[in-house]
Amino acid sequence: MKFKYEIEGGNFSKAGNASSEVKKILKQLNVPPPIIKRLVVALYEGEVNVVAHAWNGCIYVEIEPERIDVKIEDKGPGIPDIEQAMQEGFSTASQAVREMGFGAGMGLPNMKKNADQLNISSKVGKGTIVELVIFLNGKR
Amino acid sequence: MTVNDIVHKLGLTVFGGEKGLDREITGGYVSDLLSDVMGNASEGDVWITLQTHKNVMAVASLKEVAAVILVKGLKPDDDTLAQSNEEGIPLLGTELEAFDVAGKLYALIKSK
Repeated sequence: MKFKYEIEGGNFSKAGNASSEVKKILKQLNVPPPIIKRLVVALYEGEVNVVAHAWNGCIYVEIEPERIDVKIEDKGPGIPDIEQAMQEGFSTASQAVREMGFGAGMGLPNMKKNADQLNISSKVGKGTIVELVIFLNGKR
Repeated sequence: MTVNDIVHKLGLTVFGGEKGLDREITGGYVSDLLSDVMGNASEGDVWITLQTHKNVMAVASLKEVAAVILVKGLKPDDDTLAQSNEEGIPLLGTELEAFDVAGKLYALIKSK
């Protein structure tokens, strides 16, 4: 089963809507709650990153019997140094975004902790692709 | 213990999400960083924060916290309140600071 959601850059009033839709679908499909919880954390962080940093983006979710694949693709400034971005506490978020309680440099580490596989590729000035996998049979 | 119990025992204001007042409370989490709550709060927690914007309810819903308490007499934004009602997650308020309300809530939960 495949789903696609669009994300508007800069629009915080809609941040989390896509994650919420995916969560509903996973519940309907009787995916085990611990898996849903992990996926929702990773997905929400990915969604907020697009809202906070990119111009627009898309979330693709593919649900198979043994795994869930998520691809978050955005058009945006890209990440010049992915290793640095992965460090806990590192953030390039604006002051306004930080005051909302985002941009604490916990997003990507949260994604890494909750996904079984995480792959990030980025082109500066073009955009970023985040791919994550969660296995449904408990294999990490 | 339900959300309704702590509303009465701690004298909290109910801004919205009344539908969820019978939600069961299992613990609490205090943080103003949304990613920290996403990463570390648990289902059934009462989330204590000073953030009043709508994304608080998005996180509250995704994490299935029992309720949200806004501290220091802070009021929710209109769209935060609307989403609290929509989700049925109680949005509560207190004049107390986070430290004090967390202490009282902790004592209540541990006394059960």
